[in-house]
Amino acid sequence: MKIFKVFLLLLITVLIVWIDLPENYKIGKFSINPLSLDFTVFGIKVKKEFKTHLGLDLKGGSHLVFQTNTIKVNPTDLKDALSSARNIIEKRVNFFGVSEPTVQTLKSGNNYRISIDLPGIEKVDEAIALIGRTAQLSFQEEKIIDEKVASPAPVLVETGLTGKHIKKASVDFNQQDGKPRVALSFNNEGARLFGDITKRNIGKPLAIVVDNFLISAPTVQQAISEGNAVITGNFTVDEAKKLTIAINSGALPLSIKLVEQKNIGPTLGADEVKKSVYAGVIGLIAVLLFMIIYYGRLGMIASLALIIYGLISFAIFRIIPVVLTLPGVAGFILSIGMAVDSNILIFERIKEELRKGKEFNIAVKLGFGRAIDAIKDANITTLTVAFILFNPLNWEFLPQFGMVRGFALTLAIGVATSLFTGVVITKRLIEIFYKKNG
Amino acid sequence: MVNFLKYRLIYFLISLLVIGAGLFSVFKWSYCYSIDFVGGSNLEYRFDKIVAEKSINKILQNNKIQSVYLEIKNQNLSLRTKPLEQVQENNLKNSLEKNLKVKITVLKSETVGPTLGRETMIKTGVASILAILGILIYMSFAFKGFNYAMAAILAIVHDLLVVIGCYSLLSHFYQAEVDTMFVTAVLTTMSFSVHDTIVIFDKIREYFQTEGKEDIEYFANKALTETMVRSLNNSMTIVFMLLSLTLLGGTSIRFFIITLLVGTITGTYSSPFIATPILVWLEKRKKQKVN
Repeated sequence: MKIFKVFLLLLITVLIVWIDLPENYKIGKFSINPLSLDFTVFGIKVKKEFKTHLGLDLKGGSHLVFQTNTIKVNPTDLKDALSSARNIIEKRVNFFGVSEPTVQTLKSGNNYRISIDLPGIEKVDEAIALIGRTAQLSFQEEKIIDEKVASPAPVLVETGLTGKHIKKASVDFNQQDGKPRVALSFNNEGARLFGDITKRNIGKPLAIVVDNFLISAPTVQQAISEGNAVITGNFTVDEAKKLTIAINSGALPLSIKLVEQKNIGPTLGADEVKKSVYAGVIGLIAVLLFMIIYYGRLGMIASLALIIYGLISFAIFRIIPVVLTLPGVAGFILSIGMAVDSNILIFERIKEELRKGKEFNIAVKLGFGRAIDAIKDANITTLTVAFILFNPLNWEFLPQFGMVRGFALTLAIGVATSLFTGVVITKRLIEIFYKKNG
Repeated sequence: MVNFLKYRLIYFLISLLVIGAGLFSVFKWSYCYSIDFVGGSNLEYRFDKIVAEKSINKILQNNKIQSVYLEIKNQNLSLRTKPLEQVQENNLKNSLEKNLKVKITVLKSETVGPTLGRETMIKTGVASILAILGILIYMSFAFKGFNYAMAAILAIVHDLLVVIGCYSLLSHFYQAEVDTMFVTAVLTTMSFSVHDTIVIFDKIREYFQTEGKEDIEYFANKALTETMVRSLNNSMTIVFMLLSLTLLGGTSIRFFIITLLVGTITGTYSSPFIATPILVWLEKRKKQKVN
């Protein structure tokens, strides 16, 4: 059992170090790269590269400019329409999985444009398609307009039920054939409308139209008043997912067209970043030295735990992957401070017990026990803050995107990791290093 | 044991002075807002020969135009500035042409909207308030007392006021701008502040458990004496990190780091000197009511 445990630990260590390796670092003939996976298991293709993803401010990305079509918009509503288009686009890009884009409105002469800066992502074309989608969803029913004609052809007319009435769209799967479909749930007004519409159309088709394109026209079997509907079409999972993103983020109030696309450099400048990294390393060394000088051998252990902490967090950043931007780095630095803090708390408690004349082994045990309450409470409050700022449930009234989220994510990862290294790893290290000396 | 609480009036006075100066500055001078909030202008010029970046910077300075982003590629200049009036833009173009003896073709001239809209800021504010409420609820449970939570939150408010006020001073005297990074720094301060307070409160809670009912003031002083070294050491490590970033790091993040530094210092200060006296006061008042 013990050998198995040691083996597992070794395996995890190797994995973490492997993931953390620098990219394209050359030693003589060899170039070192972090772990990358590319294989197939049970028919599922696994492809993942563990690389650092840097945000716009640190690395740059793609710059897209969309021309808006303002002809149909009332001049007095123009400002509102533009800013709401901006917000919807920002939402879409974020739901697409791009973290911290910059979305701005541009005006030159009478041309209104929207510019979007995306940090280095691979699927730029897919992002463009999604951004440009107007996503006007509507439900249409058949009506016979001209009754004088001998065999009147039914025409599709709007029912008044649109994407505005949808609370949430999500992907689910048809239980009969396993095909992906889009499930809709309506808000109160939408549910009422949908109930009425289905009631008067029993036995007739009800058309679901997105951007003037008929997606499906199922025949109504019975009146549905619970406020749920599904769109079955010939979707792939990916298509269904993008449709839900487009519906969830709301319809664009004006149509847009891509007019410019180019790569841009980092807003913070390579030189600036280099300087800051250098300064960060110096700062870290100062922290380590301080710990070692003040706490002696325990400080050495804490420093070791801190390095392990850094390696694990960095590996997690690469696994998720987290797009690192300056606010994100700030969250990380703060969590380093808190990681050190856990150790200092424990050491002060151990010292306290030693002063009371306890034996070292017992002092360590008691010190950990006492410190754990404070560490737990302090870290849980910080996690609460991070949780609310991150807004995992996507509530409308909280920030749904952008740098606040980036900050919260790195802070949460940092604090969770520091709980682990500060408590579990430091304890193990103390046991290992002190047992030998009795 | 040191009787820290004896000097509580001095602590409050210091805080009052710092916050007062800050708030005075907020109301008198307000802030400079960055391009993130107010938008700006995008210019792209083509010169008929290659021009050095330095000479362009000098002309920008002479025209009192603040550039946020400047890039020269061959004969093309991309410039992003604070919002420019048509007149300012013409003046810039003329003085570039005159001083550098070049001809300029305007490739692009557009106005950029803000990236941080009102909506985002309001939502961030709502989230912060909710986060504070979250802390209030959790601490009320963990410490089995509303007073602990209340004291911790008053300390957070204190720290936020200090940071916001000091930034206005920095903004007035050193042209620090309110931007996305400032918002992050404020959020960081909020998280750090409560972390530090909890460590002290944990000690007080422990005394109540192990030594029975006794005077809260005595316990508070004892807890402060024992945690002071830890608090200082912990803040020291963060201060080392931030000082090194302030002195050696890049200029564009300097104000961000200084704000974090201010946040760390006030966060460390407020836990023993603001939160604890308030807790003692609240607990004593409760006791008096009972009696």
